[in-house]
Amino acid sequence: MNDTYDAIVIGAGHNGLITAAYVAKAGLRVLVLERRELVGGTAVTEEVFPGFKFDTGAHRISRLYPPLVTDLKLADHGLELLPLDPTVFAPTLDGGHLSLWRNPENTIDAIRQLSDKDAASWNGFAALVAKATGLLETLYESSPPEALSKKRKDRWAMLRMAGRLRRLGKRDMVEVLRILPMTAVELLDEWFETDVLKGTLGAAGITGIFQGPMAAGTAYLFLHQHVGTKQGILRPALRVRGGTGRLAQALAGAARSLGVTIRTGAWVERIIVEDGRAAGVALVGGEEIVARQVISNADPKRTFLDLVDPVNLGTEFLRRVRNIKFNGVCARVNLALGELPDFSSLPGDGPHLRGLISISPSLRYLERAFDDAKYGELSREPFLEAVIPSLTDPSLAPQGKHVMSILVQYAPYHLKDGVWDESRCDALGDRVVETLAKYAPNIESAILHRQVLTPLDLELVFGLTEGNIYHGEMTLDQLIFMRPVPGWARYNAPIKDLYLCGAGTHPGGGVTGAPGYNAAREILKRVK
Amino acid sequence: MLRGTPFHERTAPLCQAQNWRRWAGYLAASSYELTHDREYYAIRSAAALIDVSPLYKYVIRGSDAVRFLNRVLTRDVAGCDMHQVMYGPWCNEAGKVIDDGTLQRLGEESFRLTSAEPNLRWLCDNAFGLRVTIEDDSDTTAALALQGPTSREILNNVSDADLDSLKYFRLAFARAGNIPVTITRTGYTGDLGYEIWADAQQAIRLWDILMDGGRSYGITPSGIYALDVARVEAGLLLIGVDYIPANRALIEARKSSPFELGLGWAVRLEKGFVGQEALLEEWQRGPAWQFKGLELDWNSLEKVYAEFGLPPELPMIAWRTSVPVYAGAAQVGYATSGCWSPTLKKYIALAHLRSAHAERGTSVEMEVTVEHRRKKAAARVVDLPFFDPERKRS
Repeated sequence: MNDTYDAIVIGAGHNGLITAAYVAKAGLRVLVLERRELVGGTAVTEEVFPGFKFDTGAHRISRLYPPLVTDLKLADHGLELLPLDPTVFAPTLDGGHLSLWRNPENTIDAIRQLSDKDAASWNGFAALVAKATGLLETLYESSPPEALSKKRKDRWAMLRMAGRLRRLGKRDMVEVLRILPMTAVELLDEWFETDVLKGTLGAAGITGIFQGPMAAGTAYLFLHQHVGTKQGILRPALRVRGGTGRLAQALAGAARSLGVTIRTGAWVERIIVEDGRAAGVALVGGEEIVARQVISNADPKRTFLDLVDPVNLGTEFLRRVRNIKFNGVCARVNLALGELPDFSSLPGDGPHLRGLISISPSLRYLERAFDDAKYGELSREPFLEAVIPSLTDPSLAPQGKHVMSILVQYAPYHLKDGVWDESRCDALGDRVVETLAKYAPNIESAILHRQVLTPLDLELVFGLTEGNIYHGEMTLDQLIFMRPVPGWARYNAPIKDLYLCGAGTHPGGGVTGAPGYNAAREILKRVK
Repeated sequence: MLRGTPFHERTAPLCQAQNWRRWAGYLAASSYELTHDREYYAIRSAAALIDVSPLYKYVIRGSDAVRFLNRVLTRDVAGCDMHQVMYGPWCNEAGKVIDDGTLQRLGEESFRLTSAEPNLRWLCDNAFGLRVTIEDDSDTTAALALQGPTSREILNNVSDADLDSLKYFRLAFARAGNIPVTITRTGYTGDLGYEIWADAQQAIRLWDILMDGGRSYGITPSGIYALDVARVEAGLLLIGVDYIPANRALIEARKSSPFELGLGWAVRLEKGFVGQEALLEEWQRGPAWQFKGLELDWNSLEKVYAEFGLPPELPMIAWRTSVPVYAGAAQVGYATSGCWSPTLKKYIALAHLRSAHAERGTSVEMEVTVEHRRKKAAARVVDLPFFDPERKRS
């Protein structure tokens, strides 16, 4: 059975499956090795409690890179994307609330309830966001330009980027360049006055990173989360019918139909390096599998520091990889509910429960939540992003019951004292429920079961180093041609025939498939 | 504040000249007497006792110690026998020399590496992911060099080591008095000699044992001036003088590869190490520079001084400046150390020469400043070392 593969992909995360599919489509024999018994990486749906299925990793998708869906015929393999509408619902403690909708008119109406001024600013802000994200979209569709390279090809790429920027026109160009390194607070304060609006938009700028909205670069992350969405739709979110795991199944189906072999329960222990090139992998248990190319969907630290013998890598490269910031700050709490949460500021069932539920009453609230984490403690009042997928997808929970998944921030991986043991895990769960209960008091009594995944659990279960959901911080110093490290942003590695295809590469984290898509293109360029 | 070495209590009262210099944060005597002549001659005709404690010393242990050192050093550490000592450089990824030193194989999985500059960070960076520990023993290990023709007899008298069978660049564990020491047959003088490594707490007793045991053999505490002349005669590089460590060089041109420093013999291109790729390329291309000896022509030297009615003024203390070397009107290199060799009776210098002008026997000219004027004296390119007595190895 051990005949030679052209390529081995380590990890059946969504990016790994995408790369595998594209590489196989070009005619290569591909083997995907997954440590867990199910494929998907963080794109998985698991029956955590009998009858209750949760998206234990990513519980929403901001956007799937469009060519993937058609190239891989994902619809034929069972993928159905459900846009959330409203995109987001944010309650406040003073009886207020705000929903943002897919139809900008509805959003403006909702904002007008809170501030005429902000309602009037909305279209202008949405247009600016569209311009800036349009620029990023161009950047994301291709491999990052090598800013330091003197090669003609790379210079052309830089020129093309500059050309795209210039097409914005002088005023908009300056405006876009001005906002990229800003803080979310600065950006939003320039446009809006309503706390809950700013808090709820600003939350997109801090999700998953060890930064508060007063940190430079959070405006960039805010824009990153909006790349590829239609103008006027902010805090966009898509769900996958049947759970995020169905995306992985669709990708696996597409990959298999293109000839990819997928093995689960196959834990890669190390990448075999011979004569300076990757020659295959060795599994826990001793089995060795030979291949011409090795493609790692694991994050760069895991790949280069755990899977590769360090003597095969240069001193400076190793130092850079070691210095990649991870600093996980997210935890997950999954609730099996006997009844729906009843928000004091908007009681009863309604469309608002079908969007993202965002506990982000103000930017100050988010910054305070970060303050605790900065000193190694769980936020006293954390930022929460919740979804109740069973509302639109009744198959996920028993009749009349619901599942609610909650992304919790900030729960720092590195605690001031101690580690994420059982008691801290319980305390985290309690903190989340207490916080939510301030807005929806029935939540406590509605809970049938509770699963808490600390950042340490995210690391252990999903192989996310330090629990970082993006395979490395999405901060300005670790983006584009500096992702994963400067000089190695083209999905390749200092070891020949070794590639990366995960979220640790450009354009980074979130379930978009763009890194996997870009990686496949680079790999095929080099293999041919 | 500059510190005294573990021997300071003994060396301080001996230092009549009080001309201390700094060496790696320690006080080091340039010479003990008012001039260094006697100290130099002790190296060549008796035994000089030189405090070399300021050297940086790292003890490397672990099952990956050989792999680690093989990654860092250009030499083949896997081929280093038990109780062997190896000299060699280590390079950055561009193949430029960071430092040079000796590696002692203390055991199957333990080594001591010496260096002139602090290297802990570089070592740790390269040790990442490997099963090794690196201990900076610089302050806790005292070191003395005992150099000169009578050094073997002195050590035979004061220690239980069998030095007659200890070969060049080998080490022995022994006791001097009852102090545990490591004796390596190494040195920086190009003569018969040893270096003795011991716990810093035993330093004073070790000093006394050696001085007492060596008295009838002419043992002489010697300073850096004497050592410097000896090492120029021996053609041995001095970091920061003959080359600039790559991590301190402000511009590319200031960095040197092992090939450019005459250390090509210490580079094993077929094994993997930091800088290998760059060095392989350089080796195929041929190095741009060579590190060679210059012997100044006495008649020419007399002539340039005679213009001013002077006899040649000779550098008894080795100079450490950059001095241009010419072939005709063109500058083809620069000398970095030079001195009058009392043993060879020649004015010698160590020089970096463009490869085209580095062949042995090539005639060049070296700049000599006479009466504030720049003159040129004829010189001949020679191989290193200038002085290589048989007793060094025998």
